[in-house]
Amino acid sequence: MSPHASRVAFRHTLHAEWVKLRSLRSTWCTLACLFAVGLGITSLATSSAGAEHESASAAERAAWDPTNLSLTTYVVAQLIIGVLGILVVTSEYATGLVRTSLAATPRRHRLLAAKVVVATAVALVVGQALMFAAFLLGQSLLAARDVPHAALGDPGVLSAVAGGGLYLAAIALLAIGLGTIMRATAGALATLVGIVFLVPALAGLFPSWLRGLLDFWPTRGAAAVFATVPDPAYPHPWLNLGGMCLGVVAVLAAAFVVFRRRDV
Amino acid sequence: MTMIDVTGLTKRYGPDTVVDDLSFTVEAGQVTGFLGPNGAGKSTTMKVILGLAAPTRGSVTIDGRRYRDLPVPLTEVGALLDAGAVHGGRKAYDHLLALAVANGLPRRRVGEVLARTGLEGVAGKRAGGFSLGMRQRLGIAAALLGDPRVLIFDEPVNGLDPEGIRWIRDFMRSLAREGRAVLVSSHLMSEMAQTADHLVVIGRGRLIADTSTSEFLRRSGEGTVLVRTSEPAGFALRLTASGATVREGTESSLVVSGLTGAEIGELAAYHGIVLSELTPQRPSLEDAFMELTKDSVEYQGVTA
Ligand SMILES: Nc1ncnc2c1ncn2[C@@H]1O[C@H](COP(=O)(O)OP(=O)(O)OP(=O)(O)O)[C@@H](O)[C@H]1O
Ligand SMILES: [Mg+2]
Repeated sequence: MSPHASRVAFRHTLHAEWVKLRSLRSTWCTLACLFAVGLGITSLATSSAGAEHESASAAERAAWDPTNLSLTTYVVAQLIIGVLGILVVTSEYATGLVRTSLAATPRRHRLLAAKVVVATAVALVVGQALMFAAFLLGQSLLAARDVPHAALGDPGVLSAVAGGGLYLAAIALLAIGLGTIMRATAGALATLVGIVFLVPALAGLFPSWLRGLLDFWPTRGAAAVFATVPDPAYPHPWLNLGGMCLGVVAVLAAAFVVFRRRDV
Repeated sequence: MTMIDVTGLTKRYGPDTVVDDLSFTVEAGQVTGFLGPNGAGKSTTMKVILGLAAPTRGSVTIDGRRYRDLPVPLTEVGALLDAGAVHGGRKAYDHLLALAVANGLPRRRVGEVLARTGLEGVAGKRAGGFSLGMRQRLGIAAALLGDPRVLIFDEPVNGLDPEGIRWIRDFMRSLAREGRAVLVSSHLMSEMAQTADHLVVIGRGRLIADTSTSEFLRRSGEGTVLVRTSEPAGFALRLTASGATVREGTESSLVVSGLTGAEIGELAAYHGIVLSELTPQRPSLEDAFMELTKDSVEYQGVTA
């Protein structure tokens, strides 16, 4: 018999999930795509800003938020980072690999927890990196056009940029939960698109009691964190983001329950 | 020594009882063939053994413990359920490394199992480009990672060419010789007769036979003898008179049952009949298997 651990520990499961994530080309492609698209949108958004600022009224100039402008790329970035989170789970269902994984790690909560931890760590690093890169790129493009721009030390800027990274990591977590519950890439992705795009777009159709929920919804209330000029509708953006995180925790909790219960 | 103990296992999917009060054991040092027609519940039983599906009733233990309670599962049980269960975008080496790491196994085990399954040359290739035979080998390599005492293979020869089948068969035998318990499912009786020491046959989730292979072969009916002679009609009469059952075979041969080859030869000599052929024929194992499971085949084809 070969020497081995006398008992499998959580760090073994974590290490295995890291090996799985890093050994897929699709992981690196998705990340490359995230930065290419993310920064591409930032440069588009800031390059048209020169003309906009020129023709803006006094009131519009007062609400000018260069930080927010450079971070609007989150709208698309959240989908790409969501795909990464979804694939962490659904790619195993698509191939049947999930059975092999569970044969190696029969404690189901431990396997899912390892996936959540590894993907969250990656999403946090990548989300922060993208938000900081988008901010710095956006501000330098604005500066080149002689439009008012922000620096990291300005009031509220660091909070908006770092909060944006957290927002993206939370969406990745939501995606893992959806992937686990739906078990199929297409279904989970459609649900994610529905949550981040469709629901906010159709918000006007909702009964008023449901609209309260939108204060904590992705792309809606929770996205207030990206602004440095306070939005009167969301005076405490971190509360809105916190509310979204609670919702993500609820989805993840459901994912843990069904992942333990279901046959694979 | 009993390595897998299945006791009163019942599995229902909705209204369908897929495995029905099934009990059997798998012993160390043997290949146990797990046979049954399509849909008999073989794969389901294996999934329950591995804790992938929850039993409705009954229990399964590996060396006395539930699978999920094994402290380091891969060192006790290795399983190949589906050769396709590999991410096509991952290199063979990384696939095995992730599994090894998950159970705290040393990295060198990956190289060792790649060598044992003859995959060293493709370790750095993505599994998506592998042929079915190579995938089967990769699945077997994964099963061997922890050097386990129990191995479970679900239809490992499905879709393989004769050389691949031969390789897997010899491989199973060598694993059992090393003292491991090997459970292999198949629908091919003839394949199992050459590989397994013990047979567990199920149909519609119920146990039909649990016997050693030699006992099964002995019971599966006496053989027939093919006889060729220049005067088949006359000799057939004499054979029938001696208590044999005679059927007409192809090209005016006779297929005789109820007498041994020696007895037929003596009878021919006594009557001065010249025989041009006298060939004992092994009973068809597939016939024996189909006879055994004919009441429990789920989807019966209609013979045109
Ligand atoms: N997840 C499931 N939900 C519902 N029915 C299922 C499920 N899995 C298997 N079955 C049913 O259980 C029965 C037994 O299936 P199983 O795969 O165990 O058979 P098998 O003996 O492995 O067959 P084969 O030789 O074709 O592989 C089949 O009728 C199948 O349709
Ligand atoms: Mg099967």
